[in-house]
Amino acid sequence: MSLKGKAYIVGAWEHPTRKAPDISLMQLHAECAKGALEDAGLTSKDVDGYFCAAGDTPGLGGMSMAEYMGLRLKHYDSTDSGGSSYNLHVGHALMAIATGRCNVALVTLAGRPRSEGVQTGTAPRMGNVQQAELQFEFPYGPATANMYAMAARRHMHEFGTTSEQLAWVKVAASHHAQYNPHAMLQKVVTVEDVVNSPMVSDPLHRLDCCVISDGGGALVITKPEIAKSLKRPLVKVIGTGEANKAQWGGRNLDLTYSAGRESGQSAFEMAGVKPSDIKYASIYDSFTITVVMQLEDLGFCKKGDGGKFVSDGNLISGVGKLPFNTDGGGLCSNHPGNRGGMTKVIEAVRQARGEAHPKVQVKDHSIVLAHGTGGSLGTRHVGSTVILERE
Amino acid sequence: MSERVYQFVGTTPGTEPYWDAAKEGKLLLRYNKDDGQPHYYPRQICPYTLSTNLEWREAKGTGVIYTYSIMHAAKPAYVIAYVTLDEGVSMMTNIVDTPFDQIKVGQKVKVVFKDMDDGHKLPCFKVA
Repeated sequence: MSLKGKAYIVGAWEHPTRKAPDISLMQLHAECAKGALEDAGLTSKDVDGYFCAAGDTPGLGGMSMAEYMGLRLKHYDSTDSGGSSYNLHVGHALMAIATGRCNVALVTLAGRPRSEGVQTGTAPRMGNVQQAELQFEFPYGPATANMYAMAARRHMHEFGTTSEQLAWVKVAASHHAQYNPHAMLQKVVTVEDVVNSPMVSDPLHRLDCCVISDGGGALVITKPEIAKSLKRPLVKVIGTGEANKAQWGGRNLDLTYSAGRESGQSAFEMAGVKPSDIKYASIYDSFTITVVMQLEDLGFCKKGDGGKFVSDGNLISGVGKLPFNTDGGGLCSNHPGNRGGMTKVIEAVRQARGEAHPKVQVKDHSIVLAHGTGGSLGTRHVGSTVILERE
Repeated sequence: MSERVYQFVGTTPGTEPYWDAAKEGKLLLRYNKDDGQPHYYPRQICPYTLSTNLEWREAKGTGVIYTYSIMHAAKPAYVIAYVTLDEGVSMMTNIVDTPFDQIKVGQKVKVVFKDMDDGHKLPCFKVA
């Protein structure tokens, strides 16, 4: 059975906050749920499927959150793949809806690392000693920034990618962020600004990194019959894919590609479209290198050509061939809960609906893509791809 | 400049020999006795075949830098890296006792052992 088109995203809402010291984590989730349900024209009484990531939801999986919001569920899924969880939840919701397990699926994300003073990128995170790799990794000081920096270094070594090419990713994001009143960084920056910003973890500069923000977002996904009874533009889920990537057992280590290679292939196969059919792409942008590698892995250019592909404004709406992250993305707008997949899907939905900011709205928004990477390019991660069609 | 502190996380059942050997200045690798192939990080079950027929062997302690990053945001700055050992597996490590400008991808390195916070020793590498 093909799952293509068996569900629609009918609600998408992003929390406007970027710093929320006075809003609890569960309240943030619930406010996002309310926003997305109102966007769809539905209520919490209609929800019978709930999807969240265990890692950003207080309590055991999503149980406490479901209770907080008064949900009565027939389908429950708290799969956590880090920042790509919400892209992945779209695929899981599609499966649940297509097989009749639920009719209206709610997906929520929230987080407050900024209010909590989390050193997101530069502090190694201690886990549980039962996590078998920890004793062999943690003493060496793996943090988010240096893990992605090692992927960038190897990409530069193998393909000649330059810091200036990586900088173009930030430049493009900043061109979009200037039109987003909620974006944390609204100033347009240049390649020189990026490469002259302080080095965080060589070769990644401060402006190669995403922002740290509070916030959240939510999606409502439903079956075709319900979607067509609502008043919102019809955004159909036509392709989804997920895959993991790891060091495996240490042989043939290759940090120059991501799980997007496999998750993208699955999504494109389901959708029956090619990368050249995609007119807008939300691409996870934890760091500039993340975007370059994922664009290659998704097939927008050849492996190794990502640096050239992103140069000279090719990702800027109205200028380049592949407008990306027209809300400013994680690099400029927000990265709620250190998890950027939700906002990737939300901006893709805005584009497909034709509801992005007029300055960045793409003209042909018939087929759009949202891709996420959760975890680390330098160790282990899960990629998830969603392809949407405006009906 | 203050010295970097290497924090020992602890062992899990079966990994004690790795850390005991490090105290003696030896780097051990875990091998699958069925096919004679190593893996890293060391496990009690081979990640390629799920075989439990495994043994420890001492590594030569030499390899090349696969990739690295100098963490300037930390004080003191430190160099994290993956080193591909001559035995064919790559391990996360730190490059130590080496001027930053001598660190390159492909550079030959050899193992050195650094004191950890609790008396254990940590395999790191310096330019050979």
